[in-house]
Amino acid sequence: MWWRSASFILDKGLNDEVQDESESLRVSPSNTSMADTLQNPNPKISAYYQTRAAHHGVVTSDWLAQAQAAVGRHPDDLPPPKVEDSGKPFSVIDEFNSWRKQPDLAEAVAAIRALASVIRSSQATTMMELEIELKKASDSLKSWDTTSISLTAGCDLFMRYVTRTSALEYENFNSAKSRLIERAERFGEISYKARRIIAMLGQDFIFDGCTILVHGFSRVVLEVLKTAAQNKKLFRVFCTEGRPDRTGLRLSNEMAKLDVPVKLLIDSAVAYTMDEVDMVFVGADGVVESGGIINMMGTYQIALVAHSMNKPVYVAAESYKFARLYPLDQKDMAPALRPIDFGVPIPSKVEVETSARDYTPPQYLTLLFTDLGVLTPSVVSDELIQLYL
Amino acid sequence: MDPRRGARVVIDPKVRQVGFFAPGRTQSAPPESSSPPVADNSPAGNSLSPVMIPPPRHASDNLHSARPVLCPPLRRPGDTIPVGSYNPSEFFPGTSPTASFYSKVGDGEFSEDASGAGWTHRGNSGKVASSFPSGGFDLTAVKPSNLTTVSVVNMPPGISVKTRGALIEVQNEQPASSRSLKEKTSKAERRALQEAQRAAKAAAKAEVSKAPIAASGVATPVNAKPAKASKPSSQKKDSASVTASEKKGVDRPPEKDRKKDIPHPRMQFDDKSRVEKAKRRAVVRPIEVRNRVELFRHLPQYERGTLLPDLESKFFQLDPMHPAVYKVGLQYLAGDVSGGNARCIAMLHAFQEAIKDYSTPPEKTLVRDLTARISSYVSFLIECRPLSISMGNAIRFLKSRIAKLPLSLSESEAKASLQSDINRFINEKIVLADKVIVRHAVTKIRDGDVLLTYGSSSAVEMILLYAHELGKQFRVVVVDSRPKLEGQLLLRRLVGKGLSCTYTHINAVSYIMHEVTRVFLGASSVLSNGTVYSRVGTACVSMVAHAFRVPVLVCCEAYKFHERVQLDSICSNELGDPDAISKVPGREEINYLDDWAKSENLQLLNLIYDATPSDYVSMIITDYGMVPPTSVPVIVREYRREHLWI
Repeated sequence: MWWRSASFILDKGLNDEVQDESESLRVSPSNTSMADTLQNPNPKISAYYQTRAAHHGVVTSDWLAQAQAAVGRHPDDLPPPKVEDSGKPFSVIDEFNSWRKQPDLAEAVAAIRALASVIRSSQATTMMELEIELKKASDSLKSWDTTSISLTAGCDLFMRYVTRTSALEYENFNSAKSRLIERAERFGEISYKARRIIAMLGQDFIFDGCTILVHGFSRVVLEVLKTAAQNKKLFRVFCTEGRPDRTGLRLSNEMAKLDVPVKLLIDSAVAYTMDEVDMVFVGADGVVESGGIINMMGTYQIALVAHSMNKPVYVAAESYKFARLYPLDQKDMAPALRPIDFGVPIPSKVEVETSARDYTPPQYLTLLFTDLGVLTPSVVSDELIQLYL
Repeated sequence: MDPRRGARVVIDPKVRQVGFFAPGRTQSAPPESSSPPVADNSPAGNSLSPVMIPPPRHASDNLHSARPVLCPPLRRPGDTIPVGSYNPSEFFPGTSPTASFYSKVGDGEFSEDASGAGWTHRGNSGKVASSFPSGGFDLTAVKPSNLTTVSVVNMPPGISVKTRGALIEVQNEQPASSRSLKEKTSKAERRALQEAQRAAKAAAKAEVSKAPIAASGVATPVNAKPAKASKPSSQKKDSASVTASEKKGVDRPPEKDRKKDIPHPRMQFDDKSRVEKAKRRAVVRPIEVRNRVELFRHLPQYERGTLLPDLESKFFQLDPMHPAVYKVGLQYLAGDVSGGNARCIAMLHAFQEAIKDYSTPPEKTLVRDLTARISSYVSFLIECRPLSISMGNAIRFLKSRIAKLPLSLSESEAKASLQSDINRFINEKIVLADKVIVRHAVTKIRDGDVLLTYGSSSAVEMILLYAHELGKQFRVVVVDSRPKLEGQLLLRRLVGKGLSCTYTHINAVSYIMHEVTRVFLGASSVLSNGTVYSRVGTACVSMVAHAFRVPVLVCCEAYKFHERVQLDSICSNELGDPDAISKVPGREEINYLDDWAKSENLQLLNLIYDATPSDYVSMIITDYGMVPPTSVPVIVREYRREHLWI
């Protein structure tokens, strides 16, 4: 007998699979209920931007109020999961939140620290148990804020380290555990070092007399510019305003402190000024498998304008922001929402686009500065495959 | 890449055809003879010649290139050749009977090279004619030979090769007759020697299990010999054969170099020596198409419809072929099994059967003998239909497994381990891979999507059905194309499962594309530069999708990846039946192309595959996840070893 497609073997195995599925169905209700309780308390605002707002000084009063409300609601909302997990004295999410309150700590670092504290407080006696516990913790972390790419990537990275480090299997459990904790503790350091490496790599691309357009506020980009300024490079920076949370204002503030000539533009003046610009520098919320980036709203249009005028677009991003995501277009990601203050009351019939970030496809990016080196967009997938497969 | 290529570059483009001959020989041919108009019809339609590489027609056809239409009036009264058979004299209207004699000898006995001889020769045919004292000599003697041997098609290849050299030598001889005179001295001895060799060869053939062919091979010389004996020219041939072998010697060094090189993944069918070698091994003798498409000369172009009955009739004679392999071969040939995965699975199952029934012959080791056996199966399958890249990878896997079998294993253990390896390959690399692909791809389908697919891909079908099972709300556009209309089968199955579908032909793809949100395509293979090698038309669909900024998702299992790089659809492809595009089934009135094969100005091209540049591909979904086309070499590099080991 011959078969037209390979699916027949699927059909053969269907009976087994039905059982599997029914099992997974039986398990799933409990999962979803847990996910519900662990859901972001304020779905209208992406949790990522809640912390960002808390970190950054410049916020509108309206936004501040909302963020306050959101933060204020946390303590009320979070106890329920604690009650649910009655046995467990502590929640990963609390831990994570406490870590990420620190302004200089990247999201991924906070996530990994939170996972480390899971290990520390774990009562598991075998590696397998610990892994399962970690997996649960990281899943709940990820589902708590699905919009944060670096949170997801950080969790994945750490989980991969736990599951794939073969050395762990041959050690006794306690030393393995302490090794994991040590690794997690050092991750913050690694992340800081990564930023330094990127700054050193990136500043080589800044030449005397150049004009750099920067969009949004990124710690890595700031580090690059700072390093360049310290190395006595003479350059000029154009900062976009970065509506709605005005992150550009903050960057221009930092630049002014470094005595770098800086000009502030409104977001819509990008094309107008592009002919003066020599290069575009942006950070990234996440670098996806295609080599494109997910970043603050407006990056895509700046990249488009720069591409059409043949200006290079450089992205500075740490390698822990590499995520196994592959958006095909703008709408193909979990939207991160953020309220926008238009200064005037908006009629209720008017819809407002509140998405906070966009996806820039790789063909509009020139190079990525990462702690793995200066990469073309197509290498990102190479690194990701080596990292995760 | 290899010396052969280099040589071709040196010679001017026209001589691409001339490249079949040794360089020395081409020099002897006058320059204008390199635009040979004639012989390309000469490959007799029904002679099963091992090699017929008809020289191409050129615009520069000279006066001799009389079209068959012009010929009949010039036909000699002595020619009583039946319609179906080939009459080369038709194409030598201007030349004397001698010329026709040459080609006739070639045709009757060694049809594959009649053409070659004819056309290299044609330039100085006038000279030849004059060099023969009696212009129409031995017409009577020749004719019987012609008639007797036309019917005998299965020439033992060894003989035909030799005599080909002879034939060519005949023409070379004429200008430089002094050489032939020298050689005449020992021709009797040589002839005796040659006869002995022939007999030995035939005997050896008969011993070797290919009984039927050998039988015909033995029979042929018997038929041919008397005819030959009656010909005075046979002497010349014999004397010439020595020089022919010398020429072969000249050919040898490049061939040796070639062997040192990495073998070309596919045989180039315009490489005469290799083709000949392959034919010698061949079980099946396909008939080559008369009007071969110029650009695709390096690909096999055979007559359709003759192979299947031929093979079927041989079923009980093909001793070395395992019945399971034989069955799969016939299914490929008949088109019953199509689609990369189905073909690969069918082949692996057949090999499994063959391994099950295999027993090592005495005084042989399993590892070596089984590898050789598998190779012979593979070459049989290639004759039925060229291998797909996925099948090539699967064969590579199987052979590496055989080679790595520990010697300590007993035969039954080794066989069991190979069978389980094959099972694992099918399960892990095809079935599970498809499942993973489906899981990945489904995440890219949203409610309200309009998905376009082209042709019929098993992976895409599974994706669509699974997404439907998950309750996603989407619409499917099935784009199809003549002549295979594979999309209709897919459409039928999709509609049967309750999906809402639109069916259209590829002509309308630019119209339908504006409402499409995702394009899902299958692939026969993905090459190292991200080029997607798939059913012909895929490139067109993805190009239109790219122009409309619709993401193109290619679903392809990683075992189909190949480290080769291909920039166009020409250098490696498969040609389908030209009749399939000249006829419209069910519409008898469309018969404008009914006897297209008779017109040498018309070449029908029915390509099976095409190459989609990676620019048009947004994403490749494989069992290793969703990767951009630029990452294909990464997967090939990282997993090739694992691929072979599993």
